[in-house]
Amino acid sequence: MAMAIRVFLLLLLFLSSSNLTFSLFEDQVGLMDWHQQYIGKVKHAVFHTQKAGRKRVVVSTEENVVASLDLRHGEIFWRHVLGTNDAIDEIDIALGKYVIALSSEGSILRAWNLPDGQMVWESFLPGSKPSKALLSIPTNLKVDKDHVILIYSNGCLHAVSSIDGEVLWKKELATEGIEVQQLIHPLGSDIIYAVGFVGMEKLLIHQTHVSDLFQDSSATAVILPSKLMGMVALKISSTIIFIKVADAGKLEVVDKIDHAAAVSDGLSFLEGQQALALVQHGGSKIHLTVKLGPDWSGDLLKESFEMDHQRGVVHKVFINNYIRTDRSHGFRALIVMEDHSLLLLQQGEVVWSREDGLASIIDVTTSELPVEENGVSVAKVEHNLFEWLKGHILKLKGTLMLASPEDVVAIQRIRLKSSEKSKMTRDRNGFRKLLIVLSKAGKLFALHTGDGRIVWSLLLHTLHKSEACENPTGVNVYQWQVPHHHAMDENPSILVVGRCGHSLDAPGILSIVDTYTGNELNSLGPVHSIVQIIPLPFTDPTEQRLHLLMDAGLRAHLYPRTPEAIGIFQREFANIYWYSIEADNGIIRGHVLKNNCFLEVADEFCFETKALWSIVFPSESEKIIATVTRKLNEVVHTQAKVITDQEVMYKYVSKNLLFVATVAPKAVGEIGSVTPDESWLVVYLIDTITGRILHRLTHHGSQGPVHAVFSENWVVYHYFNLRAHRYEMSVIEIYDQSRADNKDVLNLILGKHNLTSPISSYSRPEVITKSQSYFFTHSVKTIAVTSTAKGITSKQLLIGTIGDQVLALDKRFLDPRRSINPTQAEKEEGIIPLTDSLPIIPQSYVTHALQVEGLRGIVTVPAKLESTTLVFSYGVDLYFTQLAPSRTYDSLTEDFSYALLLITIVALVVAIFVTWVLSERKELQEKWR
Amino acid sequence: MGTKNQRSSHSNFFFLCLCFSLLVSSPSLAFQSDELLVDDEEFGLEGGRSPDLDLDLTTSTRSSPPPPPQATTRTQATRKKSSDPDSDSKVQFSLDHAFGDSDFSPAGTFTARLKTGSHGGQTLTKLRFSRNAFTETEKGLFKKLLEADDFYRIRVPSNVLSPPGRDYIISAVKARCIPREGLDEHFVIHMDGVNILAVNYGSTGSCQYPRQFKFPAKWYFNSHTVLKNSEVAPRTQAFTEEILGGENGEGEGIKPPERSFWAKYWMYLIPLGLIVMNAITQAMNMPEEQAAGQSASQPQQPMAATQRGQSTVVRRR
Repeated sequence: MAMAIRVFLLLLLFLSSSNLTFSLFEDQVGLMDWHQQYIGKVKHAVFHTQKAGRKRVVVSTEENVVASLDLRHGEIFWRHVLGTNDAIDEIDIALGKYVIALSSEGSILRAWNLPDGQMVWESFLPGSKPSKALLSIPTNLKVDKDHVILIYSNGCLHAVSSIDGEVLWKKELATEGIEVQQLIHPLGSDIIYAVGFVGMEKLLIHQTHVSDLFQDSSATAVILPSKLMGMVALKISSTIIFIKVADAGKLEVVDKIDHAAAVSDGLSFLEGQQALALVQHGGSKIHLTVKLGPDWSGDLLKESFEMDHQRGVVHKVFINNYIRTDRSHGFRALIVMEDHSLLLLQQGEVVWSREDGLASIIDVTTSELPVEENGVSVAKVEHNLFEWLKGHILKLKGTLMLASPEDVVAIQRIRLKSSEKSKMTRDRNGFRKLLIVLSKAGKLFALHTGDGRIVWSLLLHTLHKSEACENPTGVNVYQWQVPHHHAMDENPSILVVGRCGHSLDAPGILSIVDTYTGNELNSLGPVHSIVQIIPLPFTDPTEQRLHLLMDAGLRAHLYPRTPEAIGIFQREFANIYWYSIEADNGIIRGHVLKNNCFLEVADEFCFETKALWSIVFPSESEKIIATVTRKLNEVVHTQAKVITDQEVMYKYVSKNLLFVATVAPKAVGEIGSVTPDESWLVVYLIDTITGRILHRLTHHGSQGPVHAVFSENWVVYHYFNLRAHRYEMSVIEIYDQSRADNKDVLNLILGKHNLTSPISSYSRPEVITKSQSYFFTHSVKTIAVTSTAKGITSKQLLIGTIGDQVLALDKRFLDPRRSINPTQAEKEEGIIPLTDSLPIIPQSYVTHALQVEGLRGIVTVPAKLESTTLVFSYGVDLYFTQLAPSRTYDSLTEDFSYALLLITIVALVVAIFVTWVLSERKELQEKWR
Repeated sequence: MGTKNQRSSHSNFFFLCLCFSLLVSSPSLAFQSDELLVDDEEFGLEGGRSPDLDLDLTTSTRSSPPPPPQATTRTQATRKKSSDPDSDSKVQFSLDHAFGDSDFSPAGTFTARLKTGSHGGQTLTKLRFSRNAFTETEKGLFKKLLEADDFYRIRVPSNVLSPPGRDYIISAVKARCIPREGLDEHFVIHMDGVNILAVNYGSTGSCQYPRQFKFPAKWYFNSHTVLKNSEVAPRTQAFTEEILGGENGEGEGIKPPERSFWAKYWMYLIPLGLIVMNAITQAMNMPEEQAAGQSASQPQQPMAATQRGQSTVVRRR
């Protein structure tokens, strides 16, 4: 019988493991996932409108994207994301059908087919020394039906064939000491002029005139980089001056425009005439003026547009002309706003807009939605009931395969459009939340998890460029206040931390934003520098979380600055430790708080710290390349792990563990730059309270980059093995031995156990670690792990692959107890036989067939339903989905047929009655016999 | 810890065990030392060396008021010495300590042998430690630390050959964790060649929380020192195809093992068995009933009827 049970268990296990694939059916696409495509902040735009059926604009962006957009709706026809270090210098259209892009400081030239985005050719332009990269496509320079593309890059002038990308000829210019600034090709000529400086004398010729031309020139004048015919645009504070260059070096002020934001390049639209667009701000409106150059005779167009002030100021403007139905000239303008959004203006209207700020997300946090306040009205319920019944009858039809094709379509529509998922209230399963994202432009967006729509957006004025703060950057978003007790009458809020400038010692900026309304509640700044932010596990009576902000001088500042907060803080004062990592220096230090700061102005929220421990990595042999900690809000359901033979192992679950990976300083560079003998990877597990090294392991012949994830009592990290020429993933699990004696039931009953005694970091830890390595095919961009509400559900690793997809890999594959031939008992426990490489199962791609272009991060948020976790991955694109690592064992699936259940119950009840009546009758007959 | 281990392994004989645990109810020092030995052996490194090759490691470095420091115990020292053809030299580095926020002052000296390996790598072996005993002022300072529950900090240079190296390695412990019988301290020094990466400093065993405030009975140090080098990860094995077999592609890996006939068909066999058993019992009962039925078939009928009637009455109620 025992055998039978075993077999049964095995069968169960087999079934459960075979169910662990995540593929979905065609009709399930889009039910709980959404995908949004963006391009980033536009740098260049080239219109393609003449002689084209579909009008389009080709743009290149700061996220290194080349995209072709539909000019009517702003949709993406096609796009290509180049690598992160392949910045685009210039783009243009050649032959009317190829998009030419020059990138990587002029060393790579690529051509794509304009209609479909297929790559046509790619050529590499080597050069001797780095210089400005210029691209010029003369319209009528033909060599045997071939148009020539002229490129100046890396000190050389290249002529490239536009048909196949072949380099026709090459001329070295840099050796003659010329710094080429522009390429000029006069119409109908065979000569190219490369204009540049030999020395610097030429540049200063007209410098003296500037102050004469403009009286109030206390501010510095900047020449705008717009290409205008016979004119120069100067920007002095907020005024733009147009200066006409007359013959013989004479300068003449043509126009002065106040509050101008941006000027476009000149657009030659008629013989010898040039139009240029100018954008001005006025209140909540922006004014677009199209001027005619070079004689500056009147405005061709003057329009104003109502503009959402959350978009900030105009950064760039591109214009394009078209012929109106009445044969006059019309103009349309593409503008790039401060929040990186892209808008098309035409005929006094905003034709379309794209929120491309979402392509550059810095940090993500989540917020709950408001609690549903009142019950729904009866009428609504009745209406809903009818709809509900109809829907379920349709579904039943579908289940019983009676549905006609129209019905199938209707079912699919009902499922996709279910208003449930995009409601603005909290749901019982916790699937509906707000994703609060901070973009590089300093704008906050709240996205609804149901359908990915923008609920509100806020351009933070603290992250706005100002006198006090030159170039502010957002750093992180933290949950500031999460009301539980006052959930009905208080809104949650978040803390946005930024810096004025890129260096760590730049002054910090703080801002608190309400997550329901998107209003800025409070802002501070510029304040002390912010190097590190530590959310403390304490909240004040208004449920604001205490945060400790470390400045560059190793002082701790407590926020919120309230007396209650200081009271709570003083109570826990002795138990607050923190650590700092000096990655360049190779030192990790532990600190403890000491006393209040000695400043000129007494500040009771500021504390001095003192060093408690230090770890110094030898600079000649080790360099820190990765550090990872556990997520602060991670929940571990059980400390004990039952293994074979009813043995128990206790996980060493500590919030204060730090994983550090160091490599040989030589091996910091790219993979393959060192021999296996010169490179090694050392990984550490460090207790951050006492600075103890709990585990230290060297991988010889291995190299970074290291991507790691830390959860519960295990770390998984990914690196390159130079000896095997393959990527590897390793796992370290750490177990507590001091509790290992607690497996005797009698001792537990008698209370002779140390399970409830408080754990002190100062006790000597008795830990054992287990480790194992596996080969892994992909290189990895980022790794995350699923997190659920109670931590009961088994875990999955979410691996952002180089192909910009997210792969879900069961943690069971990374179990250091795997062996080649597991025993029967181990098999029952679910240990998979050891293989040398980790399997990549095509169905387990979370992103299915989609790609999250330019993938940078994966965020997992637990839903209230234990089986489910919400996954948000971001890069240039955004992708959101729900995952159930062990299937949805605690809820019925979406397509569960309630009607079938109902019918079954009714049928059963009827059957009971019928049989009862029958039996009664029979009994009666028996009695009469 | 050792006692508990033993106890658990004898978990089946828990009565015996209970007696045993009662016998050794007080945590004995002998077993703690056992732990240290395991540590040392695991990493093949040195704690120190004693001339008398004593196995009892509790007498590690003991700072007695008259300075001559007792060497620590080592069992493997002789073996190591004999297998040491490489050149080696003696190095010394000092241990400094600080009380709370005070400045660092010398507290002891580590002495070790610097072994130069065949390919130029230098390693330290045979670490000895001589601890200076507390002076009266230091005692006073330490008492203050105990009262305030403050930190007792130590530091060592990060490079043994050219102290202090890049920076000092600092480690600290709450002073209240150290006093036991005497002052028990435990050093784990993480080395990489001649560089010290980190020192794990603390009490030898656990440190209860909340921390007890008590003075040590005797003012001398029991020092345990362990040198640790990095473990080397085993090479990832590349399996041949045949080991991998067919399960590579699927990756699911769990293959139902070869099952016996019973294991395969138990779900059919059990009902079959039940049916057979049922049939047998019926067959057993049948002859009696038939025999009874034939002899008294006439009176049987009404009785059965009455019985049924009764039962229905009962049910109706």
